[in-house]
Amino acid sequence: MTTNHPSEPLLRRYARGDADLPADQLWAVEAHLETCAPCRGRLAPEPIAEAVWAELLPQLDSTPQMPRSRRRYGWVSPAAGPWLAAILLVTAAAVVLDRIGFAVGDRVSVVLLVAPVLPVLGVAASWSRALDPAYELTAATPRAGLPLVFRRTAAVLGVLVPGLTIAGLVTDVGFARWLLPCLAFTLGTLALGTLVGVTRAAVALIAAWAVVIVAPTIAFTRTSTAFDAEAAPVWAGVLAVSVVVIVLRRMTFTRLEANR
Amino acid sequence: MRAIETDTLVVRRGKRNAVNGLSLSLGRGVHGLLGPNGAGKTTLIRTLATVQQPTSGTIQLLGRDCGDFKAVRRKLGYLPQHFGYYRRFKVREFVEYLAWLKEMPAKEIPKAVHSALDRVGLADRADDRMKSLSGGMIRRVGIAQAIVNDPELLLLDEPTVGLDPAQRLRFRELVAELGQRSCVLISTHLVEDVAAACTDVVLVNEGSLVFRGTPRDLTDAGTDAHVGDSPIERGYSALISANTGGAW
Repeated sequence: MTTNHPSEPLLRRYARGDADLPADQLWAVEAHLETCAPCRGRLAPEPIAEAVWAELLPQLDSTPQMPRSRRRYGWVSPAAGPWLAAILLVTAAAVVLDRIGFAVGDRVSVVLLVAPVLPVLGVAASWSRALDPAYELTAATPRAGLPLVFRRTAAVLGVLVPGLTIAGLVTDVGFARWLLPCLAFTLGTLALGTLVGVTRAAVALIAAWAVVIVAPTIAFTRTSTAFDAEAAPVWAGVLAVSVVVIVLRRMTFTRLEANR
Repeated sequence: MRAIETDTLVVRRGKRNAVNGLSLSLGRGVHGLLGPNGAGKTTLIRTLATVQQPTSGTIQLLGRDCGDFKAVRRKLGYLPQHFGYYRRFKVREFVEYLAWLKEMPAKEIPKAVHSALDRVGLADRADDRMKSLSGGMIRRVGIAQAIVNDPELLLLDEPTVGLDPAQRLRFRELVAELGQRSCVLISTHLVEDVAAACTDVVLVNEGSLVFRGTPRDLTDAGTDAHVGDSPIERGYSALISANTGGAW
Protein backbone atom coordinates (compact mmCIF):
# COMPACT_ATOMS: atom_id res chain seq x y z
CA MET A 1 0.00 0.00 0.00
CA THR A 2 1.38 3.39 -0.89
CA THR A 3 0.53 6.41 1.20
CA ASN A 4 0.64 9.98 0.09
CA HIS A 5 1.70 12.14 2.99
CA PRO A 6 0.45 15.73 2.92
CA SER A 7 3.01 18.25 1.78
CA GLU A 8 4.69 20.59 4.24
CA PRO A 9 2.81 23.76 3.08
CA LEU A 10 -0.51 21.90 3.23
CA LEU A 11 0.19 20.63 6.73
CA ARG A 12 1.19 24.15 7.87
CA ARG A 13 -2.05 25.59 6.50
CA TYR A 14 -4.02 22.86 8.26
CA ALA A 15 -2.17 23.49 11.53
CA ARG A 16 -2.77 27.23 11.30
CA GLY A 17 -6.49 26.55 10.67
CA ASP A 18 -6.42 28.37 7.34
CA ALA A 19 -10.02 29.32 6.43
CA ASP A 20 -9.45 29.12 2.67
CA LEU A 21 -8.19 25.53 2.76
CA PRO A 22 -10.51 23.61 0.39
CA ALA A 23 -12.83 21.24 2.26
CA ASP A 24 -11.73 18.13 0.34
CA GLN A 25 -8.09 18.79 1.19
CA LEU A 26 -8.96 19.49 4.82
CA TRP A 27 -10.77 16.15 5.14
CA ALA A 28 -8.01 14.30 3.33
CA VAL A 29 -5.39 15.70 5.68
CA GLU A 30 -7.53 15.00 8.72
CA ALA A 31 -8.25 11.42 7.67
CA HIS A 32 -4.56 10.86 6.95
CA LEU A 33 -3.48 12.27 10.31
CA GLU A 34 -5.77 9.89 12.16
CA THR A 35 -3.78 6.93 10.90
CA CYS A 36 -0.28 8.39 10.45
CA ALA A 37 1.73 9.08 13.63
CA PRO A 38 4.79 10.56 11.84
CA CYS A 39 2.61 13.21 10.21
CA ARG A 40 0.94 13.97 13.53
CA GLY A 41 4.48 14.50 14.80
CA ARG A 42 5.05 16.96 11.98
CA LEU A 43 2.06 18.95 13.19
CA ALA A 44 4.02 20.67 15.95
CA PRO A 45 5.88 23.08 13.74
CA GLU A 46 8.94 24.89 15.03
CA PRO A 47 7.56 28.43 14.97
CA ILE A 48 4.79 27.35 17.33
CA ALA A 49 7.18 25.41 19.57
CA GLU A 50 9.40 28.47 19.73
CA ALA A 51 6.49 30.70 20.60
CA VAL A 52 5.55 28.35 23.44
CA TRP A 53 9.13 28.25 24.69
CA ALA A 54 9.39 32.02 24.53
CA GLU A 55 6.43 32.25 26.86
CA LEU A 56 7.56 29.40 29.13
CA LEU A 57 11.19 30.36 29.64
CA PRO A 58 10.69 33.42 31.85
CA GLN A 59 8.32 31.38 34.01
CA LEU A 60 10.74 28.47 34.23
CA ASP A 61 13.48 30.89 35.16
CA SER A 62 11.58 32.28 38.10
CA THR A 63 10.33 28.88 39.30
CA PRO A 64 12.83 26.97 41.39
CA GLN A 65 13.04 23.64 39.61
CA MET A 66 14.64 22.03 42.58
CA PRO A 67 12.85 22.44 45.85
CA ARG A 68 15.28 22.65 48.71
CA SER A 69 15.97 19.24 50.12
CA ARG A 70 14.57 18.30 53.48
CA ARG A 71 17.91 17.22 54.94
CA ARG A 72 18.88 19.49 57.77
CA TYR A 73 22.51 20.29 58.15
CA GLY A 74 24.51 22.85 59.98
CA TRP A 75 24.70 21.36 63.45
CA VAL A 76 25.52 17.69 63.25
CA SER A 77 28.47 16.98 60.98
CA PRO A 78 27.24 14.70 58.17
CA ALA A 79 30.00 12.26 59.08
CA ALA A 80 29.02 12.14 62.76
CA GLY A 81 25.45 10.83 62.43
CA PRO A 82 26.27 7.12 62.66
CA TRP A 83 28.73 7.83 65.47
CA LEU A 84 26.10 9.61 67.52
CA ALA A 85 23.93 6.53 67.16
CA ALA A 86 26.88 4.39 68.26
CA ILE A 87 27.40 6.64 71.30
CA LEU A 88 23.78 6.14 72.36
CA LEU A 89 24.14 2.40 71.87
CA VAL A 90 27.25 2.25 74.05
CA THR A 91 25.44 4.29 76.70
CA ALA A 92 22.52 1.84 76.60
CA ALA A 93 24.92 -1.11 76.81
CA ALA A 94 26.62 0.46 79.84
CA VAL A 95 23.24 0.87 81.53
CA VAL A 96 22.42 -2.80 80.90
CA LEU A 97 25.79 -3.89 82.33
CA ASP A 98 25.21 -1.76 85.42
CA ARG A 99 21.68 -3.07 85.91
CA ILE A 100 22.67 -6.71 85.73
CA GLY A 101 25.36 -6.08 88.33
CA PHE A 102 28.32 -6.60 86.02
CA ALA A 103 30.77 -5.14 88.52
CA VAL A 104 31.62 -7.18 91.55
CA GLY A 105 32.97 -6.08 94.87
CA ASP A 106 32.79 -2.34 95.39
CA ARG A 107 30.17 -1.28 92.86
CA VAL A 108 31.91 0.37 89.91
CA SER A 109 29.52 2.00 87.48
CA VAL A 110 30.20 1.25 83.81
CA VAL A 111 28.15 4.30 82.83
CA LEU A 112 30.51 6.46 84.84
CA LEU A 113 33.54 4.76 83.31
CA VAL A 114 32.52 5.37 79.69
CA ALA A 115 30.87 8.79 80.10
CA PRO A 116 33.99 10.96 79.66
CA VAL A 117 35.27 9.24 76.54
CA LEU A 118 31.98 9.00 74.64
CA PRO A 119 31.97 12.62 73.39
CA VAL A 120 35.53 12.15 72.18
CA LEU A 121 34.17 9.75 69.56
CA GLY A 122 31.61 12.31 68.38
CA VAL A 123 34.13 15.13 68.25
CA ALA A 124 36.60 12.93 66.37
CA ALA A 125 33.90 11.96 63.88
CA SER A 126 33.20 15.66 63.24
CA TRP A 127 36.78 16.67 62.56
CA SER A 128 38.94 13.69 61.85
CA ARG A 129 40.36 13.15 58.39
CA ALA A 130 39.93 9.42 58.85
CA LEU A 131 36.21 9.66 59.64
CA ASP A 132 35.01 12.68 57.64
CA PRO A 133 35.53 12.10 53.90
CA ALA A 134 34.76 15.72 53.00
CA TYR A 135 37.20 17.24 55.50
CA GLU A 136 39.25 19.03 52.85
CA LEU A 137 36.20 20.53 51.13
CA THR A 138 34.84 21.68 54.49
CA ALA A 139 38.15 23.20 55.57
CA ALA A 140 38.26 25.38 52.44
CA THR A 141 34.87 27.03 53.02
CA PRO A 142 34.17 30.32 54.80
CA ARG A 143 32.11 28.55 57.48
CA ALA A 144 35.10 26.49 58.66
CA GLY A 145 36.46 27.77 61.96
CA LEU A 146 35.31 28.37 65.50
CA PRO A 147 31.56 28.79 64.82
CA LEU A 148 31.42 25.46 62.98
CA VAL A 149 33.47 23.80 65.75
CA PHE A 150 30.98 25.16 68.25
CA ARG A 151 27.95 23.96 66.27
CA ARG A 152 29.26 20.46 65.72
CA THR A 153 30.44 20.06 69.32
CA ALA A 154 27.12 21.38 70.64
CA ALA A 155 25.35 18.82 68.43
CA VAL A 156 27.44 15.99 69.92
CA LEU A 157 26.75 17.16 73.47
CA GLY A 158 23.08 17.76 72.61
CA VAL A 159 22.71 14.05 71.95
CA LEU A 160 25.13 12.78 74.55
CA VAL A 161 24.16 14.76 77.66
CA PRO A 162 20.45 13.82 77.60
CA GLY A 163 21.43 10.21 76.90
CA LEU A 164 23.82 10.11 79.83
CA THR A 165 21.34 11.94 82.07
CA ILE A 166 18.76 9.23 81.48
CA ALA A 167 21.45 6.56 81.94
CA GLY A 168 22.47 8.26 85.21
CA LEU A 169 18.89 8.28 86.49
CA VAL A 170 18.39 4.61 85.69
CA THR A 171 21.67 3.50 87.28
CA ASP A 172 21.70 6.03 90.09
CA VAL A 173 24.90 7.78 89.01
CA GLY A 174 24.90 11.47 89.97
CA PHE A 175 24.86 14.12 87.26
CA ALA A 176 27.67 16.03 88.95
CA ARG A 177 30.07 13.10 88.85
CA TRP A 178 30.26 12.69 85.08
CA LEU A 179 29.35 16.07 83.59
CA LEU A 180 32.62 17.89 84.28
CA PRO A 181 34.92 15.04 83.17
CA CYS A 182 32.74 14.67 80.08
CA LEU A 183 33.01 18.35 79.11
CA ALA A 184 36.72 18.43 79.93
CA PHE A 185 37.34 15.49 77.61
CA THR A 186 35.24 17.01 74.83
CA LEU A 187 37.00 20.35 74.80
CA GLY A 188 40.33 18.73 75.68
CA THR A 189 40.15 16.70 72.46
CA LEU A 190 39.57 19.85 70.43
CA ALA A 191 42.32 21.79 72.25
CA LEU A 192 44.87 19.02 71.83
CA GLY A 193 43.57 18.63 68.27
CA THR A 194 44.69 22.15 67.38
CA LEU A 195 48.22 21.06 68.27
CA VAL A 196 48.48 17.51 66.93
CA GLY A 197 45.27 17.01 64.91
CA VAL A 198 41.90 15.81 66.21
CA THR A 199 42.38 12.15 65.23
CA ARG A 200 45.61 11.84 67.18
CA ALA A 201 44.18 13.83 70.07
CA ALA A 202 41.18 11.50 70.31
CA VAL A 203 43.34 8.38 70.20
CA ALA A 204 45.75 9.81 72.80
CA LEU A 205 43.01 10.86 75.23
CA ILE A 206 41.10 7.58 74.97
CA ALA A 207 44.36 5.67 75.56
CA ALA A 208 45.24 7.88 78.53
CA TRP A 209 41.75 7.34 79.97
CA ALA A 210 42.07 3.59 79.61
CA VAL A 211 45.48 3.46 81.29
CA VAL A 212 45.02 6.03 84.06
CA ILE A 213 41.38 5.49 85.04
CA VAL A 214 39.86 2.31 83.58
CA ALA A 215 42.73 -0.10 84.21
CA PRO A 216 43.23 0.76 87.94
CA THR A 217 39.46 0.75 88.45
CA ILE A 218 39.21 -2.78 87.12
CA ALA A 219 42.38 -3.88 88.93
CA PHE A 220 41.28 -2.60 92.35
CA THR A 221 37.51 -2.84 91.76
CA ARG A 222 36.87 0.55 93.27
CA THR A 223 35.76 3.71 91.54
CA SER A 224 38.60 6.09 90.79
CA THR A 225 39.03 9.22 92.85
CA ALA A 226 38.84 11.10 89.54
CA PHE A 227 35.06 11.06 89.99
CA ASP A 228 35.11 12.37 93.57
CA ALA A 229 33.90 15.84 94.38
CA GLU A 230 37.49 16.77 95.31
CA ALA A 231 38.58 16.16 91.72
CA ALA A 232 36.07 18.68 90.32
CA PRO A 233 38.46 21.68 90.44
CA VAL A 234 40.99 19.67 88.39
CA TRP A 235 38.40 18.93 85.71
CA ALA A 236 37.25 22.56 85.76
CA GLY A 237 40.88 23.62 85.30
CA VAL A 238 41.32 21.29 82.30
CA LEU A 239 38.11 22.70 80.85
CA ALA A 240 39.25 26.30 81.24
CA VAL A 241 42.70 25.66 79.77
CA SER A 242 41.09 23.84 76.83
CA VAL A 243 38.77 26.76 76.08
CA VAL A 244 41.72 29.17 76.12
CA VAL A 245 43.79 26.93 73.80
CA ILE A 246 40.88 26.48 71.38
CA VAL A 247 40.24 30.22 71.15
CA LEU A 248 43.93 31.06 70.76
CA ARG A 249 44.49 28.43 68.11
CA ARG A 250 41.09 28.75 66.39
CA MET A 251 42.66 29.36 62.97
CA THR A 252 43.86 25.77 62.77
CA PHE A 253 40.22 24.75 62.26
CA THR A 254 40.24 26.69 58.99
CA ARG A 255 43.14 24.64 57.66
CA LEU A 256 44.00 21.00 57.18
CA GLU A 257 46.15 20.86 60.33
CA ALA A 258 43.21 20.20 62.66
CA ASN A 259 42.05 17.16 60.68
CA ARG A 260 45.22 15.15 61.11
CA MET B 1 43.33 43.10 39.77
CA ARG B 2 45.09 39.76 39.43
CA ALA B 3 43.23 36.80 40.94
CA ILE B 4 46.39 35.08 42.16
CA GLU B 5 49.53 36.95 43.15
CA THR B 6 52.31 35.14 44.99
CA ASP B 7 55.78 36.40 45.81
CA THR B 8 58.66 34.02 46.65
CA LEU B 9 56.18 31.59 48.15
CA VAL B 10 57.65 28.76 50.20
CA VAL B 11 55.56 25.93 51.65
CA ARG B 12 57.30 23.33 53.72
CA ARG B 13 55.98 19.76 53.78
CA GLY B 14 57.89 17.50 56.13
CA LYS B 15 61.60 17.93 55.54
CA ARG B 16 61.48 19.58 52.13
CA ASN B 17 60.01 22.64 50.50
CA ALA B 18 57.12 21.40 48.37
CA VAL B 19 56.78 24.92 47.00
CA ASN B 20 60.12 26.64 46.76
CA GLY B 21 60.20 30.39 46.13
CA LEU B 22 57.38 30.55 43.61
CA SER B 23 56.35 33.95 42.26
CA LEU B 24 53.23 33.83 40.16
CA SER B 25 50.70 36.29 38.85
CA LEU B 26 47.55 34.94 37.22
CA GLY B 27 44.46 36.76 36.03
CA ARG B 28 41.30 35.78 34.23
CA GLY B 29 41.51 32.76 31.92
CA VAL B 30 42.20 29.04 32.12
CA HIS B 31 45.67 28.27 33.42
CA GLY B 32 47.09 24.77 33.30
CA LEU B 33 49.39 23.79 36.16
CA LEU B 34 51.66 21.07 34.84
CA GLY B 35 54.45 19.14 36.43
CA PRO B 36 55.61 15.62 37.25
CA ASN B 37 54.33 13.79 40.34
CA GLY B 38 55.75 15.33 43.49
CA ALA B 39 56.42 18.67 41.76
CA GLY B 40 54.40 20.51 44.40
CA LYS B 41 51.21 21.02 42.39
CA THR B 42 48.82 19.81 45.09
CA THR B 43 50.61 21.71 47.84
CA LEU B 44 50.47 24.88 45.73
CA ILE B 45 46.76 24.41 45.02
CA ARG B 46 46.06 23.76 48.72
CA THR B 47 47.97 26.86 49.69
CA LEU B 48 46.01 28.91 47.16
CA ALA B 49 42.81 27.34 48.52
CA THR B 50 43.90 28.78 51.92
CA VAL B 51 43.86 25.40 53.68
CA GLN B 52 47.63 25.15 53.88
CA GLN B 53 49.69 27.83 55.54
CA PRO B 54 52.70 29.17 53.63
CA THR B 55 56.04 28.96 55.41
CA SER B 56 57.25 32.25 53.94
CA GLY B 57 56.50 34.63 51.10
CA THR B 58 53.23 36.40 50.39
CA ILE B 59 49.94 35.52 48.71
CA GLN B 60 47.22 37.84 47.54
CA LEU B 61 44.01 36.30 46.28
CA LEU B 62 41.35 38.36 44.49
CA GLY B 63 43.17 41.48 45.64
CA ARG B 64 42.99 40.50 49.31
CA ASP B 65 45.49 39.29 51.87
CA CYS B 66 44.84 35.81 53.16
CA GLY B 67 44.08 37.21 56.61
CA ASP B 68 40.74 38.07 55.04
CA PHE B 69 40.21 34.40 54.30
CA LYS B 70 36.42 34.40 54.66
CA ALA B 71 35.92 36.98 51.93
CA VAL B 72 38.28 35.08 49.64
CA ARG B 73 36.63 31.74 50.33
CA ARG B 74 33.16 33.02 49.47
CA LYS B 75 34.49 33.63 45.96
CA LEU B 76 36.53 30.45 45.78
CA GLY B 77 35.74 27.14 44.12
CA TYR B 78 37.94 24.21 45.06
CA LEU B 79 38.06 20.61 43.93
CA PRO B 80 40.69 18.71 45.92
CA GLN B 81 42.62 15.87 44.38
CA HIS B 82 40.91 13.39 46.67
CA PHE B 83 37.31 14.44 46.46
CA GLY B 84 35.60 13.01 49.55
CA TYR B 85 31.80 12.92 49.77
CA TYR B 86 28.99 11.55 51.92
CA ARG B 87 27.68 8.34 50.39
CA ARG B 88 24.23 8.60 51.97
CA PHE B 89 23.58 12.10 50.60
CA LYS B 90 21.58 12.73 47.49
CA VAL B 91 23.51 14.60 44.80
CA ARG B 92 21.42 17.72 45.35
CA GLU B 93 21.81 17.57 49.13
CA PHE B 94 25.55 17.31 48.85
CA VAL B 95 25.92 20.34 46.58
CA GLU B 96 23.42 22.22 48.77
CA TYR B 97 25.46 21.40 51.85
CA LEU B 98 28.60 22.80 50.22
CA ALA B 99 26.66 25.91 49.15
CA TRP B 100 25.63 26.36 52.79
CA LEU B 101 29.25 25.94 53.94
CA LYS B 102 30.18 28.60 51.39
CA GLU B 103 27.75 30.96 53.15
CA MET B 104 25.51 31.45 50.14
CA PRO B 105 22.20 33.18 50.89
CA ALA B 106 19.60 30.46 51.60
CA LYS B 107 17.21 31.84 49.00
CA GLU B 108 19.75 31.52 46.20
CA ILE B 109 20.84 27.98 47.00
CA PRO B 110 18.19 25.87 45.18
CA LYS B 111 18.59 27.74 41.92
CA ALA B 112 22.38 27.81 42.13
CA VAL B 113 22.48 24.06 42.84
CA HIS B 114 20.22 23.34 39.90
CA SER B 115 22.29 25.49 37.58
CA ALA B 116 25.59 23.91 38.75
CA LEU B 117 24.25 20.38 38.28
CA ASP B 118 22.83 21.35 34.92
CA ARG B 119 26.22 22.63 33.78
CA VAL B 120 27.88 19.32 34.55
CA GLY B 121 25.00 17.37 32.98
CA LEU B 122 23.70 15.85 36.21
CA ALA B 123 20.39 17.68 36.69
CA ASP B 124 18.50 14.44 36.02
CA ARG B 125 20.50 12.62 38.73
CA ALA B 126 19.89 15.26 41.41
CA ASP B 127 17.76 12.95 43.53
CA ASP B 128 20.04 9.94 43.28
CA ARG B 129 22.25 8.98 46.19
CA MET B 130 25.94 9.76 45.83
CA LYS B 131 26.78 6.09 46.36
CA SER B 132 24.83 5.13 43.23
CA LEU B 133 26.96 7.28 40.89
CA SER B 134 29.85 6.16 38.71
CA GLY B 135 33.38 7.50 39.18
CA GLY B 136 33.03 10.00 36.34
CA MET B 137 29.72 11.26 37.73
CA ILE B 138 31.23 11.70 41.21
CA ARG B 139 33.97 13.81 39.65
CA ARG B 140 31.29 15.92 37.94
CA VAL B 141 29.53 16.44 41.28
CA GLY B 142 32.93 17.62 42.51
CA ILE B 143 33.05 20.16 39.71
CA ALA B 144 29.42 21.18 40.41
CA GLN B 145 30.14 21.90 44.09
CA ALA B 146 33.20 23.92 43.06
CA ILE B 147 31.21 26.18 40.73
CA VAL B 148 27.98 26.42 42.75
CA ASN B 149 28.93 29.80 44.25
CA ASP B 150 29.91 31.26 40.88
CA PRO B 151 33.56 31.57 41.96
CA GLU B 152 35.95 34.25 40.79
CA LEU B 153 38.81 31.89 41.54
CA LEU B 154 38.44 28.23 40.66
CA LEU B 155 41.09 25.71 41.71
CA LEU B 156 40.75 22.22 40.27
CA ASP B 157 43.23 19.55 41.29
CA GLU B 158 43.29 16.74 38.70
CA PRO B 159 39.65 17.29 37.65
CA THR B 160 39.69 15.03 34.59
CA VAL B 161 40.73 11.85 36.39
CA GLY B 162 37.94 9.30 35.90
CA LEU B 163 36.20 11.20 33.09
CA ASP B 164 35.68 9.36 29.81
CA PRO B 165 36.79 11.03 26.54
CA ALA B 166 33.38 12.55 25.79
CA GLN B 167 33.09 13.92 29.32
CA ARG B 168 36.58 15.39 29.06
CA LEU B 169 35.56 17.25 25.90
CA ARG B 170 32.48 18.60 27.68
CA PHE B 171 34.65 19.53 30.67
CA ARG B 172 37.01 21.51 28.43
CA GLU B 173 34.07 23.46 27.02
CA LEU B 174 32.85 24.19 30.53
CA VAL B 175 36.20 25.47 31.80
CA ALA B 176 36.66 27.58 28.68
CA GLU B 177 33.30 29.16 29.47
CA LEU B 178 34.23 29.66 33.15
CA GLY B 179 37.60 31.12 32.17
CA GLN B 180 35.86 33.99 30.37
CA ARG B 181 34.81 35.52 33.66
CA SER B 182 37.06 34.00 36.31
CA CYS B 183 40.53 32.73 36.99
CA VAL B 184 40.64 28.95 36.61
CA LEU B 185 43.74 27.04 37.68
CA ILE B 186 43.75 23.37 36.69
CA SER B 187 46.41 21.09 38.04
CA THR B 188 46.97 18.07 35.85
CA HIS B 189 49.58 15.66 34.66
CA LEU B 190 47.70 15.13 31.38
CA VAL B 191 49.50 17.34 28.91
CA GLU B 192 46.79 17.01 26.26
CA ASP B 193 44.18 18.49 28.62
CA VAL B 194 46.31 21.60 28.85
CA ALA B 195 46.82 21.79 25.11
CA ALA B 196 43.08 21.67 24.51
CA ALA B 197 41.61 23.61 27.40
CA CYS B 198 44.11 26.17 28.66
CA THR B 199 45.02 29.64 27.50
CA ASP B 200 48.16 29.58 29.54
CA VAL B 201 50.58 26.98 30.96
CA VAL B 202 52.47 27.09 34.25
CA LEU B 203 55.07 24.33 34.48
CA VAL B 204 56.54 23.56 37.89
CA ASN B 205 59.16 21.11 39.00
CA GLU B 206 60.48 20.53 42.52
CA GLY B 207 58.43 23.44 43.77
CA SER B 208 59.86 26.00 41.37
CA LEU B 209 58.58 27.63 38.21
CA VAL B 210 60.17 26.07 35.12
CA PHE B 211 58.14 27.66 32.36
CA ARG B 212 55.25 30.01 31.77
CA GLY B 213 53.68 30.60 28.39
CA THR B 214 50.97 29.57 25.96
CA PRO B 215 50.39 25.93 24.97
CA ARG B 216 51.93 26.96 21.64
CA ASP B 217 55.15 28.06 23.36
CA LEU B 218 55.23 24.73 25.18
CA THR B 219 54.89 22.86 21.87
CA ASP B 220 57.68 24.93 20.36
CA ALA B 221 60.07 24.00 23.18
CA GLY B 222 60.25 20.38 22.01
CA THR B 223 62.00 18.71 19.09
CA ASP B 224 61.56 15.28 17.52
CA ALA B 225 64.47 14.08 19.65
CA HIS B 226 62.39 14.42 22.82
CA VAL B 227 60.14 11.80 24.37
CA GLY B 228 56.39 12.08 23.83
CA ASP B 229 53.46 11.04 21.65
CA SER B 230 52.44 14.55 20.60
CA PRO B 231 54.33 17.78 19.90
CA ILE B 232 53.15 19.32 23.19
CA GLU B 233 54.28 16.24 25.16
CA ARG B 234 57.69 16.54 23.52
CA GLY B 235 57.80 20.20 24.55
CA TYR B 236 56.88 19.22 28.11
CA SER B 237 59.55 16.53 28.36
CA ALA B 238 62.14 18.87 26.82
CA LEU B 239 61.54 21.47 29.53
CA ILE B 240 61.40 18.94 32.37
CA SER B 241 64.56 17.11 31.31
CA ALA B 242 66.40 20.42 30.87
CA ASN B 243 65.37 21.26 34.44
CA THR B 244 66.18 17.92 36.11
CA GLY B 245 69.08 16.90 33.90
CA GLY B 246 67.14 14.11 32.25
CA ALA B 247 66.41 12.07 35.37
CA TRP B 248 62.88 10.85 36.21
